[in-house]
Amino acid sequence: MSRLKELFARKPKDILNIYFTAGFPELADTSRIILALDHAGADLLEIGMPYSDPMADGETIQRSGTRALQNGMKLKVLFEQLENIRERSNIPIVLMGYFNQVIQYGEEAFFAACKRVGVDGLILPDLPLEVYAREYQHLYEKYNVESTFLLSPHSDEERIRRVDELSTGFVYMVADASITGGANNISEEQIQYFQRIEKMNLNTPRLIGFGISDHAAFSSACNNAHGAIIGSAFIRQLEKDASDQGIQDFVMAIRGEKVES
Amino acid sequence: MTYSINEEGFYGAFGGAFIPEMLYPNVETLRRNYLDIIQSDSFQEEYQYLLKQYVGRPTPLYFAKRLSSEFDAKIYLKREDLCHTGAHKVNNTIGQILIAQKLGKKRIIAETGAGQHGVATATVCALMGLECIVYMGAVDIERQAPNVARMKMLGAEVRPATSGSQTLKDATNEAIRDWIANPANTHYIIGSVVGPHPYPDMVARLQAIISEEIRWQLKEQTGKETPDMVVACVGGGSNAAGAFYHFLEEESTRLIAVEAAGLGVDTNESAATSVLGSKGIIHGSRTLLMQDEDGQIIEPYSISAGLDYPGIGPLHAHLIESKRAEAISITDKEALDAAFHLSRVEGIIPALETAHAFAALHKMKFNSGDSIVINLSGRGDKDLGTYQKFMK
Ligand SMILES: Cc1ncc(COP(=O)(O)O)c(C=O)c1O
Repeated sequence: MSRLKELFARKPKDILNIYFTAGFPELADTSRIILALDHAGADLLEIGMPYSDPMADGETIQRSGTRALQNGMKLKVLFEQLENIRERSNIPIVLMGYFNQVIQYGEEAFFAACKRVGVDGLILPDLPLEVYAREYQHLYEKYNVESTFLLSPHSDEERIRRVDELSTGFVYMVADASITGGANNISEEQIQYFQRIEKMNLNTPRLIGFGISDHAAFSSACNNAHGAIIGSAFIRQLEKDASDQGIQDFVMAIRGEKVES
Repeated sequence: MTYSINEEGFYGAFGGAFIPEMLYPNVETLRRNYLDIIQSDSFQEEYQYLLKQYVGRPTPLYFAKRLSSEFDAKIYLKREDLCHTGAHKVNNTIGQILIAQKLGKKRIIAETGAGQHGVATATVCALMGLECIVYMGAVDIERQAPNVARMKMLGAEVRPATSGSQTLKDATNEAIRDWIANPANTHYIIGSVVGPHPYPDMVARLQAIISEEIRWQLKEQTGKETPDMVVACVGGGSNAAGAFYHFLEEESTRLIAVEAAGLGVDTNESAATSVLGSKGIIHGSRTLLMQDEDGQIIEPYSISAGLDYPGIGPLHAHLIESKRAEAISITDKEALDAAFHLSRVEGIIPALETAHAFAALHKMKFNSGDSIVINLSGRGDKDLGTYQKFMK
């Protein structure tokens, strides 16, 4: 069983998925942050491959990506940084980025690298479902990389079923019809959307992301799905304090555990 | 060989809709409806009426006598500069605002480079009483100040894009973000034949009026069915798509796409996508774009804000790849020289974008007496500040 499948089998609730950008704040920070998050009790990590034109990301994540690119982050560097990570951590890792990055790296080479270093899943928001099914699914399968597709509050039922059918890792429910790092609180309308999807009994686990920034939002997401994804709020934490202690405190605060002072 | 779009939104290998799910419902609604709307009688009636009485179409096809004798050819200028608002861009915005209305949208967003598309969008929003927000790179806000003032006077809000090179690419990113954040009430009027399907095809169809008119005007004036060459500048490629459209299947008509070389194609300060680009994805479309080996999009450069874009529309990628169209790149200096020259010999001050198409006359091979149509995509009022700097 894959690390991702094993996680959802073992822990069907309160999954905390933390997003951060590879090579941010410093180029060499990637593996340190993985280990710090694992240690702090995150369940799953989503590592952003910084991109020049991240159309599905908000300002905060774009800012971190710009910085990471200035630091010299490249896919080759990222795979080097991840090369021995599985000797030190077993936390499931998914990469998030844009389809063009995978194409230019070389699709087969990219998937092979994922498998080699122990990446468990991939999120490419601009890879269309149809293109995935026709041209890429076999690569995901061949290299044991789990797929994740997005749902938005405006996705219709047919689309939701298709996303569920084609996602093998988890379904990424966009909390707000806005870009990452947008709204702060969970609205009544959003809860209705979460519940509407919950009632559909999807086969794939659901994580809610975009705009989840504190314990309250995390809990209400967890009440309506298997867990939540926190991105922009964690990037802001790294901008403020990227130390292991800062990371530890952030995760505890999201979990609603008391931070010792 | 066919040059029209297929069922899935591709021109050969180029096109498609590589977009995040948050954009999918809107783009899908547009895809399902755009052809029916454009082909409906009620749309055509309003569109044709506005093009005629509001925009001032048909625009003249003017035989440029002095330029012709200089180049020993018959040079015709398609006077899109005489459209209301001063460029071809309004053909598209008139069409899209009608489509947006039919889809029940109340709020309009747009990106702009030179500001011509922004002005054309602000204009139709004023005409229809719709809210209008235009994203524009901070660098372009500086260099196209008159158009910023026009947009504001027309009641639009101009929002600066401050990421990346702060030009057209970045304004497009911001507009896409806005659309993601406001999916229900908003229509995004893209200003060129770029972006996810159906935009490239929709915008090409709305600009096709240019070549439709060229055909009958040329016939009326010369008896010829088709010209030997059609020349147009290419930023994203909308004026070129419009000028080429009804000649795509006429293989005897050569199609010349003129790109901005900036300081030169080998200087790292360029926007000549067909020379410097490779296949990839930009703004939701698989096309040719300027990128590094990691797929990061390279920031382009051109003196002309409307050509300062690191990609070209998928139709043009297909035309160039299949050798149906020839690409020529023109430097800042060559374009400036051509702008001053056209002003003096024909009494027409062209937009900086358009000036690139005229400079190509020096670089194209043609036979004595060939009939050449140059699409005069816009007028140069917006560029006077730049021109003044170079006036001797
Ligand atoms: C006068 C004029 N010509 C050409 C262009 C380039 O756009 P396109 O290639 O879509 O025609 C612009 C864009 O701003 C313009 O203002």
